[in-house]
Amino acid sequence: MGWRLALRPYVLIVPALLLTCGILYPFGLGLYYTLFDFSASKPQPDMVRFENYQTVFTQEAFWNSAWVTVLYAVGAAAVETVLGVAVALLLHRSSLVGRVLEKILILPLMIAPVIAAIIWKLMLQPSVGVVNHLLRPFGLGGVQWTDTPTGALLSSIAVDVWVYTPFVAILALAGLRSLPTSPFEAAAVDGAGWWYTFRRLTLPMLWPYVLVAVIFRFMDSLKVFDIIYALTEGGPGDSTVVLQIRAYLEAIRFQRYSFGISYTIVLWAVVYLAAMVLVKHLGKIQRKAAEAK
Amino acid sequence: MDTHVHDRRRFLALSAALAATPALTACGAGFGGDDSKSDGSAADDVTGSFDWKREKGTTVKALLNKHPYTDALIADLKSFTERTGIKVEYDVFPEDNYFDKLTVDLSSGRASYDVFMLGAYMVWQYGPPGWLEDLGPWMRNASATGSEWDQADFFPNLLQADQWSLKAGAPLGQGGQYALPWGWETNVVAYNTDVFKKLGLKPAETFDELRDIAGVIKRKAPGAGFDGMYGIAVRGSRSWATIHPGFMTMYARNGLKDFTVRDGKLTPAMNTPEAVAFTEDWAGMVKQGGPPSWTSYTWYQCSSDLGAKKAGMLFDADTAAYFQAVEGASPASGKIAFHPGPKGPDGSLATNMWIWSLGMNAKSKKKSASWLFLQWATGKEHLRRSAITHNHIDPVRRSIADDPAYKDKMKHLPGFIETFETVVDQTKIQFTPQAQFFDATTSWAAALQEIYGGKGAESVLGRLAGDLADKVG
Repeated sequence: MGWRLALRPYVLIVPALLLTCGILYPFGLGLYYTLFDFSASKPQPDMVRFENYQTVFTQEAFWNSAWVTVLYAVGAAAVETVLGVAVALLLHRSSLVGRVLEKILILPLMIAPVIAAIIWKLMLQPSVGVVNHLLRPFGLGGVQWTDTPTGALLSSIAVDVWVYTPFVAILALAGLRSLPTSPFEAAAVDGAGWWYTFRRLTLPMLWPYVLVAVIFRFMDSLKVFDIIYALTEGGPGDSTVVLQIRAYLEAIRFQRYSFGISYTIVLWAVVYLAAMVLVKHLGKIQRKAAEAK
Repeated sequence: MDTHVHDRRRFLALSAALAATPALTACGAGFGGDDSKSDGSAADDVTGSFDWKREKGTTVKALLNKHPYTDALIADLKSFTERTGIKVEYDVFPEDNYFDKLTVDLSSGRASYDVFMLGAYMVWQYGPPGWLEDLGPWMRNASATGSEWDQADFFPNLLQADQWSLKAGAPLGQGGQYALPWGWETNVVAYNTDVFKKLGLKPAETFDELRDIAGVIKRKAPGAGFDGMYGIAVRGSRSWATIHPGFMTMYARNGLKDFTVRDGKLTPAMNTPEAVAFTEDWAGMVKQGGPPSWTSYTWYQCSSDLGAKKAGMLFDADTAAYFQAVEGASPASGKIAFHPGPKGPDGSLATNMWIWSLGMNAKSKKKSASWLFLQWATGKEHLRRSAITHNHIDPVRRSIADDPAYKDKMKHLPGFIETFETVVDQTKIQFTPQAQFFDATTSWAAALQEIYGGKGAESVLGRLAGDLADKVG
């Protein structure tokens, strides 16, 4: 009996171990292949050690893509967080309209991002798109949304915001509904105003939920591919070529496989580091929020 | 060592690795090609007299791109099966992801598809890794190929375009025949006759005239009853496909090259002073007379705008205009005419082309049946039927181009046949064959967008040439 009991914990972790191996094996192998020079034109590759990474880091294109990726991720995550929390605060007040809007709010999340990007591409089309049509009475009917580097990046972020703001709003709304009522009742008895209550009570207690949403959105935005590719293909010029698009072009379109995977590994490292920092910060915030409650 | 197994393992592992890493979630890549080239061809195994029924009972799997040519092929498949007893199963994908699908499939080293559509440019990418069957031995084997197939009937420039020695910079028309021309497109100017008449315009004979006319239409057409019309539709998206139609055609007519080749070494030539001047003029033409949101323009938007009377001219594939010009196809039907487009300074009508070709997977286990399919699909009978009863134009065979029934079908399109006959002998692939074609042309399109956006052409093209020199040199 004793040895069976001793063995039980190890048996219980077998499924998790298998799953972990299933995830790590191909990842490790991918990492290994970045040390070669695989490409369609070189199917029998040579070991080049870290040459692919060296090339990645010395390419101007990489630093441009890294910068665009960070701009996109920070921009999208920031706007979605602010808007998402604002929407959640509005919907938190129980009303019939709020309940109806809550159901409608989730609709963009049900659309595949690539489809959303295509829909927006049509809507942003300068001559026949509905957006310029609506702006025409205000003298803004000639805006070329995706024809300039700044416009293309902002348009891509706008589509991301349209798709994912509901995600942040839903998380924030769930957070708001889980907050204890007694501190708010006490604040009301003491005559605290809305802004004071929001700043001193709601926000500190809501932060862990908001930060979870930020972590999800920031990490996801760093990995964006579909929205930008469908909207701009990375153009004009290289202005919206994020790291994922660069990796796709290298590995699939140009068939430099090892080099393309090197881009994905670098991106993985960026996402991993960002996640580490944010999760560590989340822990601190959760402890503070618990103290506030 | 079993390289096939090894390659498959690599493919699976690396596909999974790509999925596990945060990027490339929507795609996969494989490493199925190998260096090993067999000296012999499976065509040598076919002996005896030619027989359409030789592979009766076999099923061939085809990968096809959604296209009017494909519609014509599918509509006629029954006659192939009746003739040969071979069944054809097919998958059709839209063009946006067709080549990704094909690339991943071929690179995996599997034989999921025996035959497929490809462009001549793809031969430069798929040929060197050994993914394409050399069809030359099949064509030369009288036991495998019926006499009625008549190789000499193909326009020679088309057959040569799919023939390459797999050496970067080596001219086409030498080496293996890696695909067969099936349908093709010349790049010419199509225009709206109504707006030309109303504004008193004539088709441009020079590039300067073309730019002027594009600007005139954009300025004057909206006030002349053509609401929202701009001058000229040309592609502008950040894709290799932006470079090859109108841009490359006009570039070549100006006597310009993408690369110069000396002793087998390629040197980018898109930054020569003449090329810089031309590119500035092209970007200027788009600014003055092109579409709004040009940087997202693919052939589809260009073609649609001509049909919707939003564009006064289209400098693109003749088929892109043809599909809008046929009766009832668009508001501009019956009002679209064709013209060879501007001549170069020396009178050149050098024209770039796109060829939808059919190829065979080098890993196919059904090569004999696949060859019968390719032979039928590129044969006179099917192509004639497709051209006359469907929309499979332009014909790759001279006998069909000269066929009175075909000419009769096309005669209602003003200038179509005359334009085709004017440019056909000067139409060829104007690019230098090399495996990095898609990288080079995608980067070139991005550079064009930057110049359109106001950056200096000399510095942008200089940087492009520098980048490409490292990759292709």
